[in-house]
Formats: sequence, structure tokens, C-alpha cells
Amino acid sequence: MATITLKVNRQAHTLTCAPTTLLVEVLREHLRLTGTHVGCDTSQCGACTVHVDGKSVKSCTMLAAEADGAEITTIEGLATGGELHPMQAAFREHHGLQCGFCTPGMIMSATDLCQRSPDPSEHEVRHWLEGNLCRCTGYHNIVKAVRAGAAGMRGGKR
Amino acid sequence: MTTEGIGAAVLRKEDRRFLLGKGNYTDDITLPQQTYAVFVRSMYAHARIEKIDASVALAAPGVLAVFTGADIAADGLGPLPCGWLIKNKDGSNMVEPPHAALAQGKVRHVGDPVAMVVATSKAEARAAAGLIDITYDVLPAAGRLADAVKPAAPVVWDEAPGNLCYDWHIGDPAATAAAFARAAHVVELELTNNRVAPNAIEPRAAIGVYDMAGDAYTLYTTSQNPHMIRLLMSAFTLHVPEHKLRVVAPDVGGGFGSKIFHYAEELMVTWAAKKVGRPVKWTADRSEAFISDAHGRDHISRARLALDAKGKFLGLQVSTLANLGAYLSTFGSAVPTYLYATLLSGPYDLPAIYAEVKAVFTHTVPIDAYRGAGRPEASYLLERLVDKAARQLGMDRIELRRKNLIRVDQFPYQTQVALQYDTGNYQATLDLALEQIGYAHYDKRKAESAKRGKLRGFGISTYIEACGIAPSAIAGALGARAGLYEAAAVRVNPTGSVTVFTGTHSHGQGHETTFAQLVAEKLGVALDAVDVVHGDTSRIPFGMGTYGSRSAAVGGSALMKALDKVIDKGKKIAAHLLEASPGDLEFKDGNYRVVGTDRVKAFAEIAFTAYVPHNYPIETLEPGLEEQAYYDPKNFTFPGGTHLVEVEVDPETGVAEVVDVAVADDVGTIINPMIVDGQAHGGLAQGIGQALYEEVRYDAEGQLTNGSFMDYCMPRAADLPNFKVGNHVTPCTHNPIGVKGVGECGAIGVPPAVINAIIDALTPLGVTDMSMPATPEKIWRAIQDAKKKGA
Repeated sequence: MATITLKVNRQAHTLTCAPTTLLVEVLREHLRLTGTHVGCDTSQCGACTVHVDGKSVKSCTMLAAEADGAEITTIEGLATGGELHPMQAAFREHHGLQCGFCTPGMIMSATDLCQRSPDPSEHEVRHWLEGNLCRCTGYHNIVKAVRAGAAGMRGGKR
Repeated sequence: MTTEGIGAAVLRKEDRRFLLGKGNYTDDITLPQQTYAVFVRSMYAHARIEKIDASVALAAPGVLAVFTGADIAADGLGPLPCGWLIKNKDGSNMVEPPHAALAQGKVRHVGDPVAMVVATSKAEARAAAGLIDITYDVLPAAGRLADAVKPAAPVVWDEAPGNLCYDWHIGDPAATAAAFARAAHVVELELTNNRVAPNAIEPRAAIGVYDMAGDAYTLYTTSQNPHMIRLLMSAFTLHVPEHKLRVVAPDVGGGFGSKIFHYAEELMVTWAAKKVGRPVKWTADRSEAFISDAHGRDHISRARLALDAKGKFLGLQVSTLANLGAYLSTFGSAVPTYLYATLLSGPYDLPAIYAEVKAVFTHTVPIDAYRGAGRPEASYLLERLVDKAARQLGMDRIELRRKNLIRVDQFPYQTQVALQYDTGNYQATLDLALEQIGYAHYDKRKAESAKRGKLRGFGISTYIEACGIAPSAIAGALGARAGLYEAAAVRVNPTGSVTVFTGTHSHGQGHETTFAQLVAEKLGVALDAVDVVHGDTSRIPFGMGTYGSRSAAVGGSALMKALDKVIDKGKKIAAHLLEASPGDLEFKDGNYRVVGTDRVKAFAEIAFTAYVPHNYPIETLEPGLEEQAYYDPKNFTFPGGTHLVEVEVDPETGVAEVVDVAVADDVGTIINPMIVDGQAHGGLAQGIGQALYEEVRYDAEGQLTNGSFMDYCMPRAADLPNFKVGNHVTPCTHNPIGVKGVGECGAIGVPPAVINAIIDALTPLGVTDMSMPATPEKIWRAIQDAKKKGA
């Protein structure tokens, strides 16, 4: 068994898990942060995307032990005091979600994009999101939402 | 309250929990003492099970139980039923082999469940599953539809010689033969509708719970129709009566048809929960989903269209082979018959039609409804055929369609394949779509593409669908074994807020918003004062669930009926308070008013009075304000429209890019334009996916060769364009909202438009045919073959 320390959504956790445990398993099963989803077993769908030390990572591709000492942000850690993050607000405003299952991964991926590229073009957004599958929206409104969310992040506090 | 009622693009009420990561999907649920199930599945398409030795697995750490086919047979678990009986041409019944939840002596497709391991952790269950020793006698398999009908093909079921489940037909063979006899032109086409996987991003999951004290079960499951699952389990599989079985479908991450059906795993976890005395949870991996979720489509068809000298359609003759997979899934038999061949008139005035469908067993995963279900197969066949007719006759493809579209003055229009379309305006949607794509300037765009070395093509599809499923009596006469009405209950709370209980299920469609909009429209209450409850048989009176674009048309109509009852009862209370006759009162904008006066009672006051009946007509009226309604539709609804696609093909690489999509749909009255557009987008993406990217591939031995997201090409953001979506509304004439349904139109209309556009782009090179998915390799080969022929 491995003992690891993680800071998840600004809260420190020390936990013991098998060395083969994936980061997503720690988040979902040990910490009960079930907003991070699992939609495939080949690291294609991106529903499990979280931030590890500020960068988007598919948490199904990373062992929990590899994240030892890291700062993790999940979808649950994005809003502050019940107020939606600008990217979350933009997804609502532009109907960028339907069933909601891919949404946490989409938002965590999109916020990372906008940290790197504050005003992404449509082309940039579509290509950045190649690692996130959505079966409901046809991406049309997700792309709109990400660009609007980028504007919100530029104008907002974060 | 029109700002939040019908027609308002209000933002969704359900979004907040999903955006915050607070959705509650089945796999998110963890129960005390929960155990984990893993299924051992056949790696062979066809084999006899000679021996199952679970002794090592049973001794492995954490293992609580291993179950096999013998265990469920001993307990009398019933086979998974098929919900629709199809009759053969000669009036005899289709072959209906049993579909056991765990294989009984034989496996019939890769993924067929053979054993179930229950352990205290998922890792232990997985490890133990690998320790079960199964000896198979591997048999030859019929892995592909075209091979399964060959004379020497391996047989899936002894009782179905030639692998034929049924040989069915519809229409008038004599009238159709006569039409061909007098035709000036006959156009012929053979085509395949490719097999696809629904692939909702949330994999299926189920948790079974047994309560010893109450001798009752609860099943949490990723279902589009929890009441139907309960009905099937009570009546056919688990044999536990409804009051001892609660089925909950919490948040569900997309369905697209694949979560309609009663699956083995949800039966097994419920049954096993009592056996092990603890909750049993199962969650599919994606690779498991590919070999256990029902697939869609998989038709091979031959079609002939008869036309007169001027291009008027005279008759259509179709013969189709439809793959059903190894077992009959819940609605598998209905899809290639009543959801397919009844749509073969399309939006056209077609005076004679004859269609024959042979449904075939293969050693593959069962096939059932996938977004559109039968209707995409019909529109693909018809729209490819009409385009071919235009090329063969040298006519403009738009003009040929205009000549044959049903005119507005022909409604209600009785087709030759059983349906009666109530209303529509196919010319208006055609005009709107052409305007949206800027058809007048198409030649300029084509020339501009050519400058960049690209072949631009324009594709059109004018389509119709039947949804709002379904009038129970008609469905019953055609073989349905269930009613297809919907139920709703409205509870007005004492302080005037409203709780709606609907038997439909929302898994992306936004019912929590649109159904609340219906309440806002009718009662004049604020959207925030309405909550919509769905997905729990213990809270909702009854329901048949969500599929076939039925939720608004059938479920919404049931809600409207219940709301009318609320308004009527409220009127009696208001009349008492206003000392007037109920007949003198009108209800408008949330107020009861004595007509022509300023004597008014607000709805909230009436609600309060109903629960605090101090001044109340208690002798004649019960307290409380809660009403329930069932609605059985009078007819199907008939959305339709025109889908236009422009593609650019790179002749060097064969890559086809969809560069523009413009659609004009008539989905009837629009409750929420934002949600309607979103539904259209999603359907279009799946339709373009089928046309360009997606195909489930089996080899001749029945091995699935692309069962993962590494191998099966799901459309990604960069694969799709923005969509221009327009609507021309002709309200449905027979339901109280005028709504027709929007869930499926994208997937139905667009695939033929994509392929027609590719053929149009390649016509100058001599290419005349293309199949789905039109991969770069296929397009490139078609170009090379045409070059060779031309050389």
C-alpha cells in the first residue's frame, strides 16, 4: 500500500491506497468527489479531466501515487461560495451541456485552455477539445460556451 | 407568464447541479455494505459451454458468490422479453428464442454473459473473474448480416432455420407492380445502412438492493424508462410484484435509445442482492459497453423507384435485410418494421409502395433502437434513391423533390404504408433551408473551393419522421405488448409552488425546464416555483419513459391534462370565495376572474385555501390541490424538414470535410428554442458521425474488431462544423401543445445529405456511389477506381 498526500480543492488529504490505484479512483471512491466521471477505459473521452498543479490531466491516466504532493482541482473546487466560475456560467448561458456527464471534464479542460490562451479562436477551441468527447451537444454550443467563458475569465477575478 | 412559458428560451433549471459536479449518476451512488459485480463474458461468438469451474474463484479473497446460468435457471428467472410481436407474411408469429440473463449451455455473441462474480471490491471481483475456468466447444459463427443468410451459414437458433426471425411485408404488391409496369423510368439502388454504437458517454451501471425487513427490492439503473423496467421485471424476469420493487433512474448520462432496454445486468444485480444479502453494484467499462449495449442500424436494402416521363413518383419497391443480433432485444423486432417501412413514403406523394423485410439473427450483440430507430434507415434509402433518380433523369434534384413533395392542401395525407400525416409544410422548410445555406451563391463557393484544389459538393435530404410514440390501440394492433401512453401528476403545494411528477425521463433533454415552462404557461407561476420529478417509480404514479421523441408530445400532453384538472378544481374553490358560479370564471395569467369584472383571486390564494379549507365548499369538494392524468396520443406526430450539407473533398487524400450544414425542421410548437436547437445539434452530430466516421465492425467469425474509443471513431469537436438550424412551425393538430418532437430529426435527416453531397462532389470524376461511413480510404479508392474506368 502507498501513503500519499494530496491537496484537493484546497483541502489536504493523507490517504493509503494500493500502488495501482488511479487518481480518478482516489477522487471518486476515497474522497467521494463524484463530479469527476469515467466514460471510457482508454483515456479517450476526457470525462475525468481535472487540474493537477494547474494543468489539465485525465485522472484515469495517472496513478494516485504519481500525484503525491500535488495540488488537485476538480469540478467541485471551481465555484467559490456557490457562485459559478465564469466557465461554468458560460456553459449554462450557452446551453453547452445536455446530459451533464462530459461537462466536468469539458469545463476543466476549457479552463486550462483559457489560462494558456486567454482569447482562443473557434479553431483553437475545437482542436484543444479533441481529448473530450460529448455525445449530446454536437459541440456547437460547447465551442460557443468556451469562447464566452474565456471572455468571462479575462474580465473576471480569475 | 409568457416570459417563462411556451416559446421562451429560458436557461435550464437542471444545469447548476451538473456544472458544480453535483449530478447524481448511478455510479456516483455508494451504499453501505455495497459489493461489486463483474460479469464473465464470452470471448467467442458461438460456442457450447462444456464446463464452468468456479472453485478457485470462490476461494479468492473478497469473493462472496459466483453465479452461472444454472443458478438463475434453478431460481426460475425469466428470459428478457421482447416487447413487440411481428407477424410473418403468412400470418404466423416471428421466431422468439429465449434470452437468458446468463447463458444457458451456449453463447451466441462476443460479450454474452456467462457468469457473475460478486466480491467486496471491484478489484477482487475482477481478479476472481479471471479465475473462473470455462471450457468452450467453439462453433462456427455467422458474424455478418450478408453471410448469415447464405445457405450454409452457421445457425444462431435451431428454431430459426436460415437465421430468419421473420419475413414481413407492408404495402400493396399488386398496385406497386402495376406502377412499375407503366413507369417511364425505373431507378434502382442497393445500399447498406452501417451498424453503429450509441455510445452515451456514461456507461451503463446498476445497483441492486434487497431489504430483508420489507422483503422488497430497489434497483438503481441507467435507464430511460424506469417504470417499464419495473413492469418487465415484475411480469417477466424477476417475478417480484411492483409494490416490492422500486426502480430508480437517477441522473443518466445520455441514452440515445441504448438505455431503453431491459438488460441482463440490471436483473442480475437485483436478484443477487438478495442472494448475498448486500447491495450489488455493477458499472460497465467502455469496452464492455461495446459488447453488451444494443447497437443500431445494420440493414442491407435493394430499392426501386418508378417514375413517369416527367419525374412524378409512381411507385416504390423495397426489400431489406435487417440484422437483429443474436437475441431479440426489447424493441429490436419493431425497429426494422413499424419504425422503418412505415416511413418509406417520406415527405412524398407516393401512390404505391411495397416493402419486404427479412429480419436475421447473427452471432453479434443485439440490435435495437438508436436515435431515430428505423426512420434514419428509411430516410437514407429514400433520399439516396431520389438523388440517384435526379441524376439518371437529368433533372435538378431540388426540382424533382418539389414535384413530388406532399402539398399543404393534401393534409391530412394517408400514405400507402399505414401512416396518416396530420400536417406539415415541406415546401416551406425546403425554402428556408435553401435560404439559410445561401444556395443562390453556391456556385461561387464551389469555384472558390476548386481554386484551393478541393471538390465541393452539395447534398440535400427532405425527410419526415413519425414520433410521439404512440397511440396504444394502433401499436397494440401492430404487435406491441405494452401501452404507449404517458402519465403525469401535478401537486400544487400550500404556498403555491408546484411539484410535477412525470413518467418520462430526462437524460439530457431538459425536461426539468421545459415541463416547468408548461406549468408556468398554464398556471402563471414562476419557473423557480416549479420542480419536475422524474426517474423514480416510488414517487411517480406511472410512465412509459423517454424514447421516440415522445416526451413533450405524450408526456407534455399528459402534464397539460393534469394542469387542466388543477385549473378546474381551482375554479370551483375560486367560485366559492368569489361567490360566483364556476361557469362565470376565467383563468388567465395566474388569476381567476369573474368575467367582465375586477373580482379576482390569485392562484396562490386558491392553493392555500385548498390546504387550509376554512372557507371552502367542503360538502362538494375535497381539500387539496393535486391531480393526475394519463394521455394516450390519437396519432403519431410527424416532424419533417430539409437538411442541406456542403462538403469539401480533398481528391489527393480522400478526406471529406463537412463545411456547412443548414437545416430547417418543423418540430411543431417550440417550448424552448434554445433546447430545441441543442437537440438538433446533437442529432446532426450523430448523423454526421454515422455518415463519415462511425461503424461497428465484426469479422466473419463474429469478433468485434473495433470495440473501444481507440478504434471506433467518435466525432470530435474538430470533426464537425457549426450548424445553421432553422424552424418553420406547423403545430401538430392532435395534441394540446401542438408539439411534434425534436430529439431524433438530426440523426434522421442528415446522413443522406452528407453522402449525397460527397457523391455530388465526386460526380465530375465519375464516382456514382458511396457508402457510410465515407472514410478517406473509401473516397480515395472510389476516386482511383473511377480514374481507372475513365482511363
